[in-house]
Amino acid sequence: MSGPSSYNPKTGFGRWIDVRLPLPRLMYDSFIAYPVPRNLNYTYTFGSILSVMLVAQILTGVVLAMHYTANTELAFASTEHIMRNVNYGWLLRYMHGVGGSMFFLAVYIHILRGLYYGSYKDPREVLWILGVIIFLLMMATAFMGYVLPWGQMSFWAATVITNLFSAFPLIGEAVVSWLWGGFSVDNPTLNRFFSLHYLLPFMIVGVVILHVWALHVSGQTNPTGISVKSEQDTVRFTPYATIKDIFATVLFFIVFAYFIFYQPNYLGHPDNYIEANPLVTPTHIVPEWYFLPFYAILRAVPSKLGGVMLMFGAIAVLFVVPWLDTSKVRSAVYRPLFKQFFWILVGVCILLGWLGSKPPEGGYLIATRIATVWYFFHFIILLPLLGLFETPTPRPASISESVLGEDGDSHGDSDPGGGAQPAGAAASPQSKG
Amino acid sequence: MAALASALFAAAFFTGPALAAAEVVIKHQSWTFSGPFGTYDNQQLQRGYQVYREVCSGCHSMNYVAFRNLYEKGGPEFSEDEVKALAAQFEVIDGPNEDGDMFERPARPSDRFPAPFANAAAAKASNNGALPPDFSLIAKARAVSRGFPTFVFDIFTQYQEGGPDYIYSLLTGYAEGSDTEPNDEGVYANHSFIAGKAIAMAPPLSDGLVTYAQNGDEDPDNDLPETVDQYAKDVVSFLMWAAEPHLEARKAMGLKVMIFLFIFAGLLFYSKKKVWAGIAH
Repeated sequence: MSGPSSYNPKTGFGRWIDVRLPLPRLMYDSFIAYPVPRNLNYTYTFGSILSVMLVAQILTGVVLAMHYTANTELAFASTEHIMRNVNYGWLLRYMHGVGGSMFFLAVYIHILRGLYYGSYKDPREVLWILGVIIFLLMMATAFMGYVLPWGQMSFWAATVITNLFSAFPLIGEAVVSWLWGGFSVDNPTLNRFFSLHYLLPFMIVGVVILHVWALHVSGQTNPTGISVKSEQDTVRFTPYATIKDIFATVLFFIVFAYFIFYQPNYLGHPDNYIEANPLVTPTHIVPEWYFLPFYAILRAVPSKLGGVMLMFGAIAVLFVVPWLDTSKVRSAVYRPLFKQFFWILVGVCILLGWLGSKPPEGGYLIATRIATVWYFFHFIILLPLLGLFETPTPRPASISESVLGEDGDSHGDSDPGGGAQPAGAAASPQSKG
Repeated sequence: MAALASALFAAAFFTGPALAAAEVVIKHQSWTFSGPFGTYDNQQLQRGYQVYREVCSGCHSMNYVAFRNLYEKGGPEFSEDEVKALAAQFEVIDGPNEDGDMFERPARPSDRFPAPFANAAAAKASNNGALPPDFSLIAKARAVSRGFPTFVFDIFTQYQEGGPDYIYSLLTGYAEGSDTEPNDEGVYANHSFIAGKAIAMAPPLSDGLVTYAQNGDEDPDNDLPETVDQYAKDVVSFLMWAAEPHLEARKAMGLKVMIFLFIFAGLLFYSKKKVWAGIAH
């Protein structure tokens, strides 16, 4: 981190507040003066995009909750009431539903960035673990949110997933009845899912605060994986990272808006426009796309308990990645073998996602088993071994050196000697003439 | 971007009756509401309402649509008086009155379309055990698997008309010659039905079944053929409106939003370049 705070309140009110509750100082230190490496690329903007998406989901969700009724007799009808009668209800509903998908798209890119650039390595292990906790909370929130419209997929996905807990020996059946509040997914289940769906996002906010705090203690990684050595390596967060984050967020919003306005139901399932019927099972029960890889892993083995353990194991393995990866080199940029295996892993995850939408039989099942084995092989066997046996390519001595080149040729337009301050007069907020 | 590819891969595998999907015959139509600038044709929706009212509403409810929706913008856009008259043709149960009795009264625009049967059991009893589905959302509740790579292209072509294409194909997909007679099991052969080779519903449409209001006026130029194909197109458009009444507003707002975002992104791009101009990165 950058050391003591450089905040200097200029107004009387500013000084008055600073003595009593230094929130402006905290904001200044964290988001204006905070130094970030100068060589970050756009994959590093997804943390900011995720924060914006969290706020968007909470805002749209709170307004939707003003019109939604979580009773099995009324839930589907209240959702249609929102779509048809509430002013811009259709917009709120589509923003919230598509927003959930966009949230997961951003989080997968964010996680993959962390895996590629070694963002989980010392001293950022707790930061990474907090992130996996956020991911778990997101999955719980999304699952419960999908149940709320009480369509066919809502009901049957809830039935399938809650039934998984019966796999645990001795206590399984009791746990499931307790979750359901009865003997099957019914009104008590829907009601408590609504309550928890409203609660969990605020728990996510809390963990996000811890996540950003942990980040600000260690500072950002950067594509070279070389730690910050001097002020020359960094720039102030505002305006440099701020403008990049806002630009990336608007680009992300273009994709988001495209789906909301032109393809709102593309990422959903038509069966969810049929009201839930406990007596009619859909031909194929599938979760939303972002759960498909885990759904594939769940069905890879014939044992119910085995499938459940593997599915949770697929996420649990993420918690220990900082210790599985033994390499002293942080970034995949300088790890040629690791880089190739990373992209293979990405391909395997996409394959698992596609297989999750297929029935678990024949060739699909064989492919699912191979892909599942590879997934665990990558984390449990490959990562430790690669660190021991891989020969990394030479790393630059510092971030500045990688940006400037060894003999001082810069990639930027002019003299980089300004360090944390902007060197170009046009961009400098302080120069007057 | 790998996650985006993952989204594309996994998202549009409609796993409805996928096994039958390979053999289901789908005839793609051009719909007035498809594409980024799609809109509903008011006249077509009015004809579609007429077909629904005269042919389908005997068995199929439309519980989420109210009479007042018929004069709202972006729909059939009947006049308010026409809607009052349409509604008054129906009797609905209201009450209790001051004596505590339920009574019947003519429907008002604020009422929803009355259902043909009191409950699902009555509906099944009148239809050989088959339940005619509600039509409020049916155009969004049906689709047929598009297969790879078509479902990827669908993102860019904005194909959302899987439901309308399916329902149109179903209505026009009954087997030739046998279309008024059920087979041995009492069902009717249809090569577009996603849940099997035959459907319990008898062919609902036939040529000349509905006399369009606009065919009876003095202007011969706006006369339309009273064929199964025309009826199917009109009623399916009406069903799409019933499922998605705010489609026009959605696409219109989308255009404004996209233009705004593109301009905003452009401004931010140049701002970013300016801010970073002196900085090595």
